[in-house]
Amino acid sequence: MPHTPHISRRELLRGAALVPVAGALAACATPAAPPAATSSSAPVATSAANPLGVPADKPLEVWIFDGGFGQDYATGIHQPLFKSKYPNVEIKHNSTKEITKVLQPRFAGGNPPEVIDNSGANFMDFGALAQDSQLQDLTALLDAPSWDDPNTKVRDTIDQSVIDIGTYDGKFSVLGYVNYIHGIWYSQKAFRDNQWQIPKTWDEFLALCETIKKSGKMAPFTYAGKFPQYLYEPLLTMAAKIGGNEVLVNIDNLEDGAWTAEPMKTAATAWAEVGAKYLMQGTTGLDHIQTQTAQNKYRVAMLPSGSWLENEQKSTTPADFEYGMFPIPDVTGSDKLPYGTLHTQPGENFIVSAKSPNPQAGMEYLRAMLSKKAAGDFSELVRTLTVVKGASEGRKNSPGVESASKAITEAGANVVYYRWNNWYGPLKDEGVAATGELMAGRLSPDKYLERMQKKADEIKNDSSIKKYQRS
Amino acid sequence: MIFNRYRRGLFIISFLAAPVMLYLVYVISPYLQAFYIAMTDWRGVTATPTFIGLDNFVRLFGDETFWKAVTHNVLLLVLLPLITIVIALFFAFLLNVGGAQGVTGIRGSKIYRVVFFFPQVLAVAVVAVLFQQVFRPDGSGMLNGPLMALGVSPIGFLSDPQVAFWSVLGVMVWQAVGFYVVLFSAGLASIPRDMFEAAQIDGAGRMSLFFRVTLPLLWDTVQVAWVYLGILALDVFAIVWVMTDQHGGPDWSTTVMAAEIYRNAFQYSRFGYASALGVVMFVFTVGFAILSLRLSRRERIEY
Repeated sequence: MPHTPHISRRELLRGAALVPVAGALAACATPAAPPAATSSSAPVATSAANPLGVPADKPLEVWIFDGGFGQDYATGIHQPLFKSKYPNVEIKHNSTKEITKVLQPRFAGGNPPEVIDNSGANFMDFGALAQDSQLQDLTALLDAPSWDDPNTKVRDTIDQSVIDIGTYDGKFSVLGYVNYIHGIWYSQKAFRDNQWQIPKTWDEFLALCETIKKSGKMAPFTYAGKFPQYLYEPLLTMAAKIGGNEVLVNIDNLEDGAWTAEPMKTAATAWAEVGAKYLMQGTTGLDHIQTQTAQNKYRVAMLPSGSWLENEQKSTTPADFEYGMFPIPDVTGSDKLPYGTLHTQPGENFIVSAKSPNPQAGMEYLRAMLSKKAAGDFSELVRTLTVVKGASEGRKNSPGVESASKAITEAGANVVYYRWNNWYGPLKDEGVAATGELMAGRLSPDKYLERMQKKADEIKNDSSIKKYQRS
Repeated sequence: MIFNRYRRGLFIISFLAAPVMLYLVYVISPYLQAFYIAMTDWRGVTATPTFIGLDNFVRLFGDETFWKAVTHNVLLLVLLPLITIVIALFFAFLLNVGGAQGVTGIRGSKIYRVVFFFPQVLAVAVVAVLFQQVFRPDGSGMLNGPLMALGVSPIGFLSDPQVAFWSVLGVMVWQAVGFYVVLFSAGLASIPRDMFEAAQIDGAGRMSLFFRVTLPLLWDTVQVAWVYLGILALDVFAIVWVMTDQHGGPDWSTTVMAAEIYRNAFQYSRFGYASALGVVMFVFTVGFAILSLRLSRRERIEY
């Protein structure tokens, strides 16, 4: 019996196997070429009632990061409001805890959804999205009349810092919806019961730590030791308070010697002392939930956090705990910025994909979110202030929101922020690692800042990393 | 006749086509594409990455964190197989031929065999989360709780950069040992009993029984175990990513190559650079496999 197979190799290759393989290969890991432009339909005319030109019946796909705020605010508040105006637009609501894993392939494949709450630990890199012009320019949204009042532009209803921070390559393209207010958080009840006073100066703060430590009732201070970014926050805010806003601007712009500047040294030394003397035992090995829960159990008095804290801890907080926050105390007596200076940062970042089928509806969805009703309902539901000015006025707020809201009113124009940690991921991770070492006493303040400066210089000299500037 | 052969060919192809194609599309082609992506500046979103030649590989040489990760992998490569194999051999010996008679296991060996295998049944992520609790730095930690009760200050198993790496190694050994006990037991079972009996009649004690008889006859199995464990040490990821603070911290003290690849790709959105790291890791892994098979080649003992 001859052993020549009847089907030749050539036939086999030409047959079933090769064609689908070649097709599938092209669609696998490497990015696919974008599909031909589909936006051939004529744009819808804009009008006073429909300033962004939303097509009446084209669907809208919304992806919400299902994190600390959940997703009920989207389905229960924002989407009904949007629907009330556009009943024929079908909203496809989705949520995920893994934004990048789920949505990054959609961008690479050329069919991204319209609205994305690009938040959480695994958000998509904004720089990378901007670089590839995937972000819809939201300037039209800023210049559109607000949802509530046709005579006020959206631009004037939100904080200026939102626009500054959301601007990439000169275009406003990322809307931070929530206004995170950072500070030192404590229990108003514990402070009242023990007659501890809010410290106005750093010396008072240290004295308070000493008092609390001696009282033996609880540890004075802690932070999320596993995530030292919780600690570089007050450190940087303190440096800005001492040396003025330019300290942070220089760090963001990767200026030479920005990290080793004098105000940074003072701040690093101050916090290293707290790390050496006043931390709750075991702090370096605990995460944010564990330390915050320790505070709820009155085992520690103070910790640095942001205005999301109250909502995050709602299930473990005793009813009479009464969250409160205070700003970084005066340090030198000749600080450049006055008492009450706050670090605020818009968070929960919403984007509209430029290459999605229906970006107009996406922008309109954001406009609905920025109405006073939507923002106020949101604040009540998730106990966090939004960037919409005055949206929480006259509502029943929780003690933490009340305290943060008071702090932000008192701060007035003295608010600072930084962006290096979002712009340069490797620098952030170095900051996290080094700050942990500083607080554990394994790095001296000088060595700490030298190390950060070295990494910043490295990034500055790496041509493959896109650089950002701010003023 | 021809029709029959034609049908047979068709029959074989119809069975092979699907798996071969799946393998090509989902295994071979991503491998090949990784080599290409490694030479681009792809950041994960654009459809048209720029070709930048070997820039990523040049950059990689100056990447301190990556080289730190490589040294951790190398340390694991040496220590993990060594410790695991020594412990597993010891247990397997006791369970099979360590008994008083020399040809049976010690008392209760059947139970131990099952117990040793338990860690292998748990998913790596489960093990990682479990050990996070075991290693907790406060009174609720399984190890620190008793220590603190004795008045000793707690050890930062995962929060002290000096200790964290050893905690990772410990967990990996803990999880791996059970499987290799079973593997070596199977190897031992295939050795004829009369060899042990003959050695015993000649007056061999447990020690010489182990080193003169068991180990040489098990060499093939040990060699396989070495390669498996070596590859495990080179591509360790989940345990480090899930268990350690800051995914490979604190202060990069536990990071490994795979963690750096993941970090660069999915956190820094540097897919091109991450692919270059992946290519380097591929070279290391293949190099190790070839090297270890060459070095451990020995004359086979036939029986």
